[in-house]
Amino acid sequence: MLIQHAATAGAHPLSGTVADYVWLLPILPLLGFIANGLLSLVASVKFGPDDPSADHNAGSHDAHAGEHGAAVAHGDDHHPVARHPYAFLASLIGPGVLVLTFGLALAMFAAMRGAGGGEMHAAFIQRYFSWMPVGDLQIDVAFQLDQLSMLMVLIISGVGALIHVFSVGYMVDDPGYPRYFAYLNLFVFFMLVLVLGASYPIMFIGWEGVGLCSYLLIGYWFSEKANADAGKKAFIVNRIGDFGFLVAMFMLFANIGALDFAGVNAGAAQLGVGGAVVTAICLFLFLGCAGKSAQIPLYIWLPDAMAGPTPVSALIHAATMVTAGVYLIARSNVLFALAPVASLTVVVVGALTAVFAASIGLKQWDIKKVLAYSTVSQLGYMFMGVGSGAYVAGVFHLMTHAFFKALLFLGSGSVIYAMHAAYHHTGKHDDAQDMRNMGGLKKFMPITWVLMWIATLAISGIPPFAGFFSKDEILAAVHNHGRHGTALDSVTFLGLPGGMIMLFCYVLGLAAAFMTAIYMTRMMLYTFHGPNRTGDKERDHLHEAPWVMTGPLVVLGVLSAVGGWFNLPSFFPAGPGAVLEHWLEPVVGASTARLTGGATTEVAHSTELILVGIAILVAVGGIALAFARLKPDALVPKNDALPEQGFERVLANKYYVDEAYDAAIVNPIVATSRGLLWRGIDVGLIDGLTRLIVQGKDDDNTPGAVPMGGLLTRSIGWVGSQLQSGQVGTYAWVLVVGVLFVLGAFTFR
Amino acid sequence: MHAFLLSVGYDHWILPALLIIPLLGAAVVLMGGRSVEGEDEVQSGAATRPRLIATMIFGLEFVLSVGLWWAFDPAVSGWQQRFNIAWIPSWGARVDLGLDGIALMMVLLTTFIMLLSSIGSWTSVRHKTAAYYALLLVLTTGMLGVFMSLDLFLFYVMWEVMLVPMYFIVGIWGGARRIYASLKFFIYTMIGSLLMLVGIIYLGLAAQNPATGVPNFSYDAIMATAQLSPSAALWLFGAFFLAFAVKVPMFPFHTWLPDAHVEAPTAGSVVLAAIMLKLGTFGFLRLAVPLFPGAAMNPTVRGIILALAVIGIVYGALVSLVQPDFKKLVAYSSVSHLGFVMLGIFALTVQSVQGALMVMINHGLSTGALFFLIGMIYERRHTRMIASYGGIARVVPLFSAILVFVSLSSIGVPGTNGFVGEFLVLLGAYRTYPILSVIAATSVIIAAAYLLWAVQRILFNPLDKAENEHVSDLNRRELLLLAPILACIVWLGVYPAPVLRRMQPAAEQFVRTVETRAAMATALAEPVTRGAR
Repeated sequence: MLIQHAATAGAHPLSGTVADYVWLLPILPLLGFIANGLLSLVASVKFGPDDPSADHNAGSHDAHAGEHGAAVAHGDDHHPVARHPYAFLASLIGPGVLVLTFGLALAMFAAMRGAGGGEMHAAFIQRYFSWMPVGDLQIDVAFQLDQLSMLMVLIISGVGALIHVFSVGYMVDDPGYPRYFAYLNLFVFFMLVLVLGASYPIMFIGWEGVGLCSYLLIGYWFSEKANADAGKKAFIVNRIGDFGFLVAMFMLFANIGALDFAGVNAGAAQLGVGGAVVTAICLFLFLGCAGKSAQIPLYIWLPDAMAGPTPVSALIHAATMVTAGVYLIARSNVLFALAPVASLTVVVVGALTAVFAASIGLKQWDIKKVLAYSTVSQLGYMFMGVGSGAYVAGVFHLMTHAFFKALLFLGSGSVIYAMHAAYHHTGKHDDAQDMRNMGGLKKFMPITWVLMWIATLAISGIPPFAGFFSKDEILAAVHNHGRHGTALDSVTFLGLPGGMIMLFCYVLGLAAAFMTAIYMTRMMLYTFHGPNRTGDKERDHLHEAPWVMTGPLVVLGVLSAVGGWFNLPSFFPAGPGAVLEHWLEPVVGASTARLTGGATTEVAHSTELILVGIAILVAVGGIALAFARLKPDALVPKNDALPEQGFERVLANKYYVDEAYDAAIVNPIVATSRGLLWRGIDVGLIDGLTRLIVQGKDDDNTPGAVPMGGLLTRSIGWVGSQLQSGQVGTYAWVLVVGVLFVLGAFTFR
Repeated sequence: MHAFLLSVGYDHWILPALLIIPLLGAAVVLMGGRSVEGEDEVQSGAATRPRLIATMIFGLEFVLSVGLWWAFDPAVSGWQQRFNIAWIPSWGARVDLGLDGIALMMVLLTTFIMLLSSIGSWTSVRHKTAAYYALLLVLTTGMLGVFMSLDLFLFYVMWEVMLVPMYFIVGIWGGARRIYASLKFFIYTMIGSLLMLVGIIYLGLAAQNPATGVPNFSYDAIMATAQLSPSAALWLFGAFFLAFAVKVPMFPFHTWLPDAHVEAPTAGSVVLAAIMLKLGTFGFLRLAVPLFPGAAMNPTVRGIILALAVIGIVYGALVSLVQPDFKKLVAYSSVSHLGFVMLGIFALTVQSVQGALMVMINHGLSTGALFFLIGMIYERRHTRMIASYGGIARVVPLFSAILVFVSLSSIGVPGTNGFVGEFLVLLGAYRTYPILSVIAATSVIIAAAYLLWAVQRILFNPLDKAENEHVSDLNRRELLLLAPILACIVWLGVYPAPVLRRMQPAAEQFVRTVETRAAMATALAEPVTRGAR
C-alpha cells in the first residue's frame, strides 16, 4: 500500500513503530467480511439458499403470531435451527480477525505509551490516497491515531472480540451463520474507519457504514416482517441524523474551507466564540448524534433494533455504534467549545433523554427492551458529560458502559439462549424474552446471575463498580460546570441563564439515576429471583450456557467491576489516579478549559464529597425501593397477565411516541405523495394539460388510453399502429439505409 | 499505452470509427437475420446470429473506446481526438468531432452500457430480434454522435438519429401500453427538438461568413463570434432549454419518463435511464448554458431552473415512495437523481459541476443495474408489482445481495459511487445556494425510505406466495453482466480521483467561461436596460 506521510508526521514519535500499520486495523475485519461473505454466497450456490428449514418453521410461527397478536416482535425467538456446512470455517475467521485486530491495537497502544502517551500532542496521521480532489476541495483517505482514537480502537476491538467469541456459541446453529459473521466483521471495519478517519468525510464513511450493518443485522432474520421493519426504521431514522452531519460538513467547507480535523481545528477560531455559524454547525452535528446515538427525538429506532440477534445488540446497540455520537462530539470538541449554546443543548437533550428513557424502562417486560431503554438513558448521560465540557467524563462513561452494558446484553443473551433451548426441547412456543416467563433463574444459571448483578450494581452507580466513577464524574461536571463565570453559565438558553439550566439538568440526572437503579433491580428480581414461571416441563431444561459464551461474560464482569479505576477522582485515597484524564488531555484539555474555566468560585473538596454522597444515596435508595416494593412471587406468566392500567399503560406503550410520529409525520407524507403529488399533480394536472394541448379537448380521462382526438396524435398513431404489422424489419432497414445514405451522400460527393 | 495508441494513429480515426462501426454493424445484423411472424426466435434459434453479431460489435466498440482512457490527456484543456472534415459545404455543416473530459466519460459510459444492454437482451427479446439489435446499434451511433459533435448541425442530426430507434424500441418490444408510452415519448421529445433546430439554424446564420453568406455551425466559431442581443439570447435559451429539459427530464416535463420506462423492454429502460437522460444534462453543459450564459445565469431564469431542480429532487423522491410498480419507482427516482445534476450545473461551482458529472455517471451505473435486475426478475415471474413479491431473499440469495448492494449505491451510501456525486453537488451548491442545498439534502432521507421499503417488500418479510418459492437465482450470463457494474460502483466510490481528474479541466473551464461570459453579457445588457427605462 502506498503510504505518504503528512509533512508533520515525518518527525512524529510514532512513525517507524507498529503504528505505521494502522491501516491494517480496519483491513483485518474487512478481509473477514470478504471471506465470510464468500462462504455464505458459495454455500448458497452449492447447497441452495441458506434457510433450509425456514419453510416448515414459517407455518408454526404464524400460528404463534395469531395466538398472541402479531404486533409483538420476538427478536431472537423462533429462528430455525440448522448448522451451516461452513460453520467451522466461519467460527474460525469471524472471531479470529477480531482477536488479531485487538492484538495489533494493543501493540499500538504500547508503542504510543512508549512514545510519551499523554504527552504526545500531535495526532499521527497517515495519508493513503486522494479520494475527492476537486478544485480547492481535497479529501484524502487518511487515518489518524491519537489518544482518543486509540482508546476507541481498544474498546471496539476488545469488546468486539469478546462478543464475536460469544457469538460462536450463540449463533452456531443458525442456518445463515457465515452471513452473520460477514455482517459483524463488516461492522467492525466501518466502526474502525469511523474512529480512525482523519476527516469528517472519512468518518462519515464509517458513520453510514455502521448504520448499514446495523440495518443488515437488525433485519438478520428477515423473514419476519417485524425484524425487517425494525432494520428499515433504524436506517431511515439514522439517515435523518446523517442529513444533519452532511449539512454540518457543507457549512464547515463553506466557512472554514477544510474538512479534515487538523484543518477544522486550526480554522475554527475564525468562526468566533458563540457565533451563529459555529453554533449551527454544532447543532447540525448534534442532529447526527441524536440519530446515531438514539437521543430525543430520534431515539425511536433503538428499542426496535432489539429485533436483531442479542450479540448484535450488545456490540452495535450498546457498546460501540450508538456511542459514535459521543465520539463525534468529543472529536469536535474544539467546535463545541466555541458554541456554548450548542453545548447546553447537548446537555439538555441528554438529560431529558436520560430521564425519559429510564421512565419507559420501568415498565418493560421484554428483558432486551429494558436494556434498550437503559442504553438510550445511559447515552443521555454521556451527552450530559460531553455537552458540559467534561469530555473525559463522557468518554469515560462510554468506556465503562461498553463493559457493563455489553455484559448485561450478553447475559440476557445467555438467558434467552437457555429459555429458547428449554422451549425447543419441549416444543412449546412462548416468548423467550419476556421476564414474566422467567423467574428464579439464579438456581439454573448461577454464573450469569452473579455477573449480571455486578453489571447491575455498576450501572446503578454503586461503588466501587465501574459505573459509579464515570456516572459520578458526569453528574459532578454538570453540577460544577455551570458555576457563575463559566462560558456555559454566561449564555442564556430559552431565556434562562445557563447555570440554572445546568442545575436543572443535574437534578434530572439524579432522577434518571434513581430510576436506573429501580428498573435494573426490577429486571434482576423478575429474571433471577422468586419462583420460576417458565413451565413445569421446560424447567428441567434450563441450564447455564457453554463456556464459549460464559467466558467472555467473565472477562466483562471483571472489567465492569474494576473499570472505574482507569480514572479515579482526586479525592479518592488510593489507586492510580486520573489516568484517563491525563491520557486524553492533549485532545480535549484546552476545550474543557475554554468551556468551564473562568469560574468565580472553586469547587470545594467538601462539595465534591457531598455530591458523591447524594449519588450513592440515590442509587442505594432506588435498589432498596425496588426490593421493598416489587414482588416477584406475585408475577404471573405473560399469557396470564392482565394489561396495565393508567399511567403504567402509557409507560408500557412508551408514551405512544411511535404512534404519534406515524400520525403526524409518516402517514401525512405518504398520503400527500400518493394523493396530491402522484395522482393529483403528475397524472391529473400535468398529463391532463398535455392531453388538452395535444388533443384540443379533454375527451378521454382514462390515463391509460391512447389519446386519439387530435390530428397530430391521429397521424402519429397511424404510424404507431403500422408498427404492429410485422414490417418492422423494413422500417429498421429504411432507417439504417437512410442514415448511411445521408451521411455518405454528403461526405463523398 | 499512450505512446502505443499514438503510434497507430488512434487519435485520428477513433471517433469516426466509433460512429461508423455500429451503423455498418446494423446492416450486417439485418442481413443475418430472418424473421417469421409470431415465432419465438430464442427458442427457434433465429435469434442466435443477430444477438451474437451485435454483441461482438458492441464488444469491439467498447474495446476500441477504452483506449480513449489513456489516449486522453487529463492535463490538457480543450478538444482532443479532433476529427474535422467538410460535410455539406453549401450549408457550412461539417463532420467535426472531438472530446473534452465530460464527453470522454459519457462516451465510455455509452459503449459500456450498450455492450451490457446487448448481453442483457439475450433472452428477454424474443421477436424480430435482428431488427431489435440493428436499432440498438443505430441508437449507439446517435448517442455517441451527440457527445462527440462539435458542429451544431451534426449535433442536431445525431439527436434525431437517436430518438427514432428508441421510439421503435419502446413501441415494438415494449409492454402492454407501449403505443401510448412511445407516442408520449415521441411527442414530448419531438416538440423539444424542433425548437432546438430553429435555434441552431439561427445561431448558424448569426455566425455566417459575411463574404460568402454560408452559415457556420462550428461550436467554437459560434462561441467566439455570435453576438446576441439579450432578448434573442433569452429566446434561444428557451428553445434549447425546452429540448433539454424534456430530455433530462426536469419537473414538470417528466411525465413521459415513467410511462416510457415502464413500457420499454429491459434494455430500452437501461439505455433510456443510463444514457439518454444524460444527453439532456449534457446539452445544458455543452450548449444551453455556455452559449447563452447571460440568459441562463440571469437571476430570475437561474432561480426558476434551480427551483425546478430542487422540486424535482424532492418531488421525484416523494412520488417514488408510493409507487406500486418497481420499475415506475425507479423511473421517478431518476427524476430525483437528475434534479441533482441540474442543481449541480446551475449552482456553478467547480465542486457542484464535478458532482453533477459524477451523478450522471453514477446514475447510469446504478439505475442501469436496477433496471437490469428488475428485468431479470420480470423474466422469471412476469410481474413488476412490488406486492407480488416478498421474502424472496430466501429463494434467490445472489439476486438479493446484488439488489441490496445496488440500492445502497443508488441511495448514496458512502463507499459506493452514489455518495461521491451527491456529496459534491450538495457541498458545491451550498457555497452559492445554501438553502436549496439543504432542502435537496433531505432527499437522502426520502431516498432511503423509498428504496429500502421497496427492497423490504420484495426481498424480506415472510415468503408468503407459493409462486415465488421456486424462482431460480441469477445464472452465469446475468452475473457476468452485473459484475462489471458492481466493480465500477465500488471503484468510483472508493477511488474516483482518476475520473475526477479527467473531468476537472472541462468542469473548471465550464465554470470559468460561464462566469466571465455571463458577466460580459450583463455588462452589455446594462445600457440597453437603462435605455429602455
